[in-house]
Amino acid sequence: MRWSLHVIALASMAFATPALQAQDLKNGGTMTVAYKNEMSSLDPAIGYDPPSWNLIKALFDGLMGYEPGTTNLRLNLAENLVVAPDGLTLTFELRPGVKFHNGRLLTAEDVRYSIDRVVDPKTKSPGQSFFAAIAGFADRTGGKSDRLAGVRVVDGKTVEIKLSHPDASILHILAINFSFPVPREEVERSGGDFGKHPVGTGAFRLQEWRPGQQIVLVRNPEYFRAGLPHLDRVQINVGVEPITAMLQFDKGDVDLLGDGIPPAKFTDVMQDPRYKDDVLTASRLRTTYLTMKTNQKPFDDKRVRQAVNYAINKARIVQLINGRAAVTSQILPPGMAGYEADFKGYGYDPQKAKELLAQAGYPNGFSTELYATNADPDPRIVQSIQQNLAAIGINVELKTLAGSQVVAAAGAPDQAPMVWSGTLGWGADYPDPSDFYMPILACVSATRGGWNWAYYCRKDLDEKATQANSIADPAQNAKRIALWQEIYRAVMDDAPWVPMYNDKRFVLKAKRLQGPPAAFLSPVMPLVDYTQVYAADAR
Amino acid sequence: MFRYVLSRIGQSAAILFGVAMMTFALLYVVPADPAAQVAGRSATHEQIESVRHEMGLDRPLPVQFGLYLVHLAQGDLGRSYVQRSPVSSLLMARLPATLLLLSAAILAELAIGMTAGIIAAVDRGKMADRLIMLLAFVGVSTPRFVMGILLLYLFSVELGWFPIGGYGTASHLVLPALTIGVLGGGWYSRMMRSSMVEVLNQDYIRTARAKGAGEGRVVLVHGLRNAFLPILAMIGIDMGQFMSGTVVVESVYGWPGVGQLMWESIQEIDIPVIMAITLVAAVAIVVSNLLVDLIAPLIDPRIKMD
Repeated sequence: MRWSLHVIALASMAFATPALQAQDLKNGGTMTVAYKNEMSSLDPAIGYDPPSWNLIKALFDGLMGYEPGTTNLRLNLAENLVVAPDGLTLTFELRPGVKFHNGRLLTAEDVRYSIDRVVDPKTKSPGQSFFAAIAGFADRTGGKSDRLAGVRVVDGKTVEIKLSHPDASILHILAINFSFPVPREEVERSGGDFGKHPVGTGAFRLQEWRPGQQIVLVRNPEYFRAGLPHLDRVQINVGVEPITAMLQFDKGDVDLLGDGIPPAKFTDVMQDPRYKDDVLTASRLRTTYLTMKTNQKPFDDKRVRQAVNYAINKARIVQLINGRAAVTSQILPPGMAGYEADFKGYGYDPQKAKELLAQAGYPNGFSTELYATNADPDPRIVQSIQQNLAAIGINVELKTLAGSQVVAAAGAPDQAPMVWSGTLGWGADYPDPSDFYMPILACVSATRGGWNWAYYCRKDLDEKATQANSIADPAQNAKRIALWQEIYRAVMDDAPWVPMYNDKRFVLKAKRLQGPPAAFLSPVMPLVDYTQVYAADAR
Repeated sequence: MFRYVLSRIGQSAAILFGVAMMTFALLYVVPADPAAQVAGRSATHEQIESVRHEMGLDRPLPVQFGLYLVHLAQGDLGRSYVQRSPVSSLLMARLPATLLLLSAAILAELAIGMTAGIIAAVDRGKMADRLIMLLAFVGVSTPRFVMGILLLYLFSVELGWFPIGGYGTASHLVLPALTIGVLGGGWYSRMMRSSMVEVLNQDYIRTARAKGAGEGRVVLVHGLRNAFLPILAMIGIDMGQFMSGTVVVESVYGWPGVGQLMWESIQEIDIPVIMAITLVAAVAIVVSNLLVDLIAPLIDPRIKMD
């Protein structure tokens, strides 16, 4: 298949037109964001916390990207993509004239170097495993080769990526931060501290980073997308407590709260007419759930797991968190391809739960343990779950611990029969249904230290997943999505989880910040799409 | 004198070695696997093991500790697990802010504590004394984060006299320094009072008065010099208090110092940074105590160095 720039240009124009409002907005101006914690690293190979993730997208670009505000892929640094009929070879032709912030032109070698760098064990990138489908991955990570064989420079502007098996998610992988091209000379010059001295091709470049205080981005005048970004300057203040940030917001010193509306002020803000037009709500590609270890008694019995599903009053739990989420009964979050809006799942039915328990041979229930983090609101939520389960005879002992301890117990086969994912819930790295199966429900991830906390393992479903992942042709996408839906329905019949809710994201912005909803509610941006925001007072 | 200094330095070095060993032990006590943390949540078992090897965490414990000490001796504090930057550069970027805050806080604390303590001692048993001791009690009992938020709300939000947190100008410094200063001031006023009361009962004070020295001269010259000694010793001991104080106060006010870095690193279990800050704090405490021990004889010649 061939993706041409024209189609994409049309698509983005169609998007941009209704977004501009009656008042005509001008480019220029500045915005200020407040965060509590410092960004860990602005190196695309390293930064994995949401604030860093978000800024890296403003400083760098990928071969692939998304149409603003959507999960629809488009070509970004690449001008042309040819996928071979077997789906194993992808040939990217780079957009001409794209420059790094240091003035040098982007070449195919930069793309090769950057992907190789992430896979190189010496880089210790948390994104290494995303590239496992590329040929030569195992040799490179195992130290048998000092080059990732699957990525090859054809000529100055052409790069070829060979896969060891067809993988439909590869285009999403080439749109996530870890794949973003970086200039080798700057990485080497930074002496292993590229994360503090990032140089990319993005709409903004880093002007200043004062540790613990401020990060300042300024417009990249040579950005390859004409007319972008809209702002001249983005200032990130760090070290600001959420409640202090709220005070600064009210005073007009801050335009956007990086950590969201502080929980203590949430009800006030939602009811205050002053903020009415400036609180935006979106769902996140994230599911929060309760897991049951399918390898341990009594949860090895499907009927017990279904009983737990029927026993829990999810609406009550969402009330506990001020309605900042929507109840769900399936694994995929809304907005993700494969999500089924009319899927019913298990409703709240304690009577049915008791019957199922009796059928499974536990008419008087049993005792078990439930692990959760000790960070609010998790302890309050597990208490509610405890009450619900007590009502059907299951006696739950709560273990609320530090996050890292919960992760360690949850990943062990013989511990933590039940785990409340809570604040550790699974969020999508990229908007593709495979990201909710392979790392958290597949047999390979049911290992100590893995994230398959239910130790759920169905070889036949794994095979189907591999089959779905092999359908790389976009023309067959519907077939692929249908296959994923079949897989997730089968998982829910086995009920290794109680899917609880999907978080909502609330963004409170200053009146002076304008722009299309996509600027503030992009499903692939943790906070805001800095390139799409306007300052209403720009001159 | 020389032998005294040498033996005190020797003791300090031994303490620091102990601290280094304990901070190293931290690495093995915390319930987190650094390799898994660095490798990211999607990593397979093999990838985590390869990261462990890269980090040198698969070597025997004594070897790791030896290497840690060798690097330490070279001034290499390692690299942050989270930020990947050299820990020394992270620390150096934060140190000036903390030193500024500490100096201002010690000044504020001494100014508040000594003034209040002297007034209370002179007016012993009267209204002013009772009021000051009551305030000192409140000051000592209020947790720092409560005091921080109260001052911030009152002076920045309601009155608008100072910026709402941040760093850069003298007006940014006032509230954080006061937050530490008011609390320490409570302690010091109580100490100053009792020390001064004791000194004012001494014979030489009566002699000074009998010679016709004015009350101001008696208290501030003759009294203060002797009453100040316990306070000086206290500053050294207090260094640890200051350090823990900065963690809280820097977080409340968004002060870009070592305390804030410590708080973030604890949340992220960034062990090399936690270890380095613990070590630096220990050095600060040991050195300040050493300095106090060396200065004390200069103020009071009765203290002998042996």
